Amino acid sequence: MKHLFLILTFSFFAFGNQYISNQNKITDIPYLKQDLKIVDFDGLEQYLATKDKSKTYVINFWATWCAPCVKELPYFEQLNTTYADKKVEVILVSLDFPKQIETRLKPFLIKNKLQSEVIVLNDVDANTWIPKVDKNWSGAIPATLIYNSDKSAFFEKSFDYKTLETELKQFLKQ
Amino acid sequence: MRKVFKATLALVVLITVSAFTTKSNITDSGYKIGDVATDFELENIDGKMVSLSDYDDAKGFIVVFTCNTCPYAVAYEDRVQGLNKKYADKGYPVIAIMPNNINVKPGDNMEAMKTRAKEKGFTFPYLMDAGQDIYPQYGATKTPHVYILQKEQKGNVVKYIGAIDDNYQDADAVKTKYVEDAVDALLNNKEVKIKETKAIGCSIKV
Repeated sequence: MKHLFLILTFSFFAFGNQYISNQNKITDIPYLKQDLKIVDFDGLEQYLATKDKSKTYVINFWATWCAPCVKELPYFEQLNTTYADKKVEVILVSLDFPKQIETRLKPFLIKNKLQSEVIVLNDVDANTWIPKVDKNWSGAIPATLIYNSDKSAFFEKSFDYKTLETELKQFLKQ
Repeated sequence: MRKVFKATLALVVLITVSAFTTKSNITDSGYKIGDVATDFELENIDGKMVSLSDYDDAKGFIVVFTCNTCPYAVAYEDRVQGLNKKYADKGYPVIAIMPNNINVKPGDNMEAMKTRAKEKGFTFPYLMDAGQDIYPQYGATKTPHVYILQKEQKGNVVKYIGAIDDNYQDADAVKTKYVEDAVDALLNNKEVKIKETKAIGCSIKV
């Protein structure tokens, strides 16, 4: 029994390492070069306040365990790349549980090589911060906020690329 | 110097908050506080059909839209069980309803619901909204999503909508038990103080 345990443990590490070495590297992902940003809602607001006021921001609330969120992530990535030269920036706010940041979120980010900036929002007092994002947000994810210095819009729904692009275009000066 | 810093910080926060004050794209549907909630006839994990009208002795209900597959719902399973243990005998039983489309979330099908209920020893009915036509009437958008109903002359009146408490991560670190406070108020013929709360949850799968 004890041997079986040892063998299992050994194979876990052996295969675990092999698994990681086949994957992309942390250094491929800009925001992972330092530690992943983990903030409460005040911290998120303060961070966003330091951003470039001339840009339009697309803030997506998501988590690795949220299937519809994961499904729409490529569209946000595509948007971030396509509109980078139009002063658009996508920020992915992860609501993954703190105990799963190392075990689940980081491996997910590395595996999928997400290029848009990812910030972890860890703030249990959701009843206080959810209405600050939008007074009508029930708290279901995925949810997306688009804003610039002129206006903002909030969406409690899933996007496909075309719909997301259409909404973004409302914010871009023609 | 410190004052200047504080003032700047306040300004920054103000600007961000105003950036967050937005035009909304959510249709306001579902029940509001004071509305009469619909009854239903939904299949329980034991194969029997359950309606609110079956509960002659109940003073009201703690209706919880929940499921097997949402981590937030799972985080609250023991607390939902606790609510039923505490309040069923006092006249407020828990009625759990699984609202997801099982083609999208096979992990929420009847067999999976039965297994989970057995594992966790659920003492309350765990019903399936198979036609997905009950949760939209309530206006539930996510799991878990709680509606507390009080039985009155005109029907089951909605007294509270929202979260179970204010800490999904740690039951021991909860500061405000929204649902318990609301049911306690109703049991004491008092007004529910906090009638609506928001919480993160998994969108109901359609």
